Amino acid sequence: MTSTQTESTEKTTPWQGANAMRVRIVGAGVAGLTCAHAFAARGAQVTVIERKSGSGQGCSWYAGGMLAPWCERESAEPIIAELGHESLAYWRASVPDVPNEGSLVLAPPRDLPDLKRFSRRTEAFEWVDGARIGALEPDLDGRFDQGLFFPTEAHLEPRKALAALTRLLVEEYQVAFRFAADGCSEVDDQCSEANNPSREVDDQGSDAKVADFVVDCRGLAARDTLTDLRGVKGEMLVLYSTEISLKRPVRLLHPRIPVYIVPRGDGHFMIGATSIENDERGRVTGRSMLELLGAAYALHPAFGEAEIVEIGADVRPAFPDNLPRLRKRGNTLYINGLYRHGFLAAPALARRAAEVAFDGAYFPEVMDEDHRQW
Amino acid sequence: MDAMTHKATMSAADPVTFYGTEVASRLLLGTAQYPSPAILAEAIRASGTEIVTVSLRRESGAAKAGQSFWQLIRDLGVKVLPNTAGCRTVKEAVTTAEMARELFGTPWVKLEVIGEDDTLQPDVFGLVEAARILSRDGFQVFPYTTEDLVVAEKLVSAGCEVLMPWGAPIGSGRGLNNPYGLRSMRAHFPGIPLVVDAGVGLPSHAAAAMELGYDAVLLNTAVAKAGDPVRMARAFAAAIAAGREAVIADPMEVRDMAAPSTPVMGRALLGS
Repeated sequence: MTSTQTESTEKTTPWQGANAMRVRIVGAGVAGLTCAHAFAARGAQVTVIERKSGSGQGCSWYAGGMLAPWCERESAEPIIAELGHESLAYWRASVPDVPNEGSLVLAPPRDLPDLKRFSRRTEAFEWVDGARIGALEPDLDGRFDQGLFFPTEAHLEPRKALAALTRLLVEEYQVAFRFAADGCSEVDDQCSEANNPSREVDDQGSDAKVADFVVDCRGLAARDTLTDLRGVKGEMLVLYSTEISLKRPVRLLHPRIPVYIVPRGDGHFMIGATSIENDERGRVTGRSMLELLGAAYALHPAFGEAEIVEIGADVRPAFPDNLPRLRKRGNTLYINGLYRHGFLAAPALARRAAEVAFDGAYFPEVMDEDHRQW
Repeated sequence: MDAMTHKATMSAADPVTFYGTEVASRLLLGTAQYPSPAILAEAIRASGTEIVTVSLRRESGAAKAGQSFWQLIRDLGVKVLPNTAGCRTVKEAVTTAEMARELFGTPWVKLEVIGEDDTLQPDVFGLVEAARILSRDGFQVFPYTTEDLVVAEKLVSAGCEVLMPWGAPIGSGRGLNNPYGLRSMRAHFPGIPLVVDAGVGLPSHAAAAMELGYDAVLLNTAVAKAGDPVRMARAFAAAIAAGREAVIADPMEVRDMAAPSTPVMGRALLGS
């Protein structure tokens, strides 16, 4: 479904045996880890460098983990759905605990026009009435008259999924991880050295090539190089309640405050997420919490009695068109701009990145250079 | 004169003036809720709009962290009308306006003081007070108000030289809820630029506002949430131009054919 063309002029190297490709990946979020997997699976020797103390602690940490390519069609370009289908298959095959329960989109009676609009812009759903909603989610029985059910979608717990993926990379693929102890300055040096990013000065002061390819998966931190990246803040919270259970993510439509609730198991629910045009990390406002909690309460009053377990915020990296990009400059690849679609787009971009490095492939749908600086 | 030349002459000779600044386009666009900044930029270009509103309250954050989005907007080369959207008190609105002036280097401010969270209806009491404070402080205030004539009068005496009554609640897309009220506002303030702000859902609503003699239309959701915002922006631009042309062209009067003014005579009887 994706058009691939190999540049016949580019000579490809047989990366085999002793000549295994050495790849250095900067950033251990969802983009870096899936990228490590894609390269390692093709036989590369992969080192992942991360300035935090563990993997998945950037904005992946706060992700919803909805694998909902159809729902995303409501507001995203078709390419997101295309990447999303590929990524959905990847997650199902690569990590445990990916419940295939679909997703549910609901609206209170007054916001039914939003439900109609949602239905016009998506596909692969069925209209569900109150009884069917009750059958799917018994705790929501009698609370909503209409909704959309997307049976082929899934969800995962981002933190568990990335921990599982990290284990897989270490145990099955001998991927080396260098966390905080290795220092973030090295990460920064590695990437700011734009002309020759695959080299570094060793102890003897000689200029040694440490990798055949570097993949920059730093997210918003890569703004030093990718100057048209911007941050879009997202706030979330985690609630704990034993009074209600949900099997699948539920989106509650609202003209101004659309919210989703993702069951995380053991009585935990992730409520997300705001989308605010600024790049301020960490700070969570009362208004945002009012909106998220208000929506959760509208979905079910039991959330009013729920315990607030966590409040968090981080900044999603986005390009002006909110679409992800895979870039190549010499031997450095950049995967960035995943915006709200980290888990939905990363595996598909990682697979393409490996094909770019190994086969000289070119993917116009994510590599077209149409931003100001390029 | 062929149609094209006529149109060009028309729009060139027919600018609207806000606080001494002439603009040719009578469409003002909000910048929130678009699928992406890239689509927003394209919609603005397609609409030909020269003034865009930017909401500061939420995007600003603690450290004015919305810079990259605002820079994208500045790069479009249009005039920015900072908006105090989401402010609920006079103090909030005044503080936000001051921040906006500093950030965008403009005395213009679209003043919103929201009185009701659900309908986003303006708190007209707070609005008048904030307008007075800001006008005294050198701001050029574009107040988001209702069609209430007394409130409008007080806004004008507070220093407002533009009035922006709602068509319907923000984001409702219901069009002009009270055409009679809007018409009487036009009649009461013949010399003040009037802009219908909020509630516009369809290009026909915008055309209707222009046909009432309004000077411009401000909208956001109707374009941002359309399936194809760029195309919808173009549709609104065309409708607003059409409505403006129509009002200048002096439309015919509606005639009530149900009440004959002359005896019906000399007519063959049909179907007898």
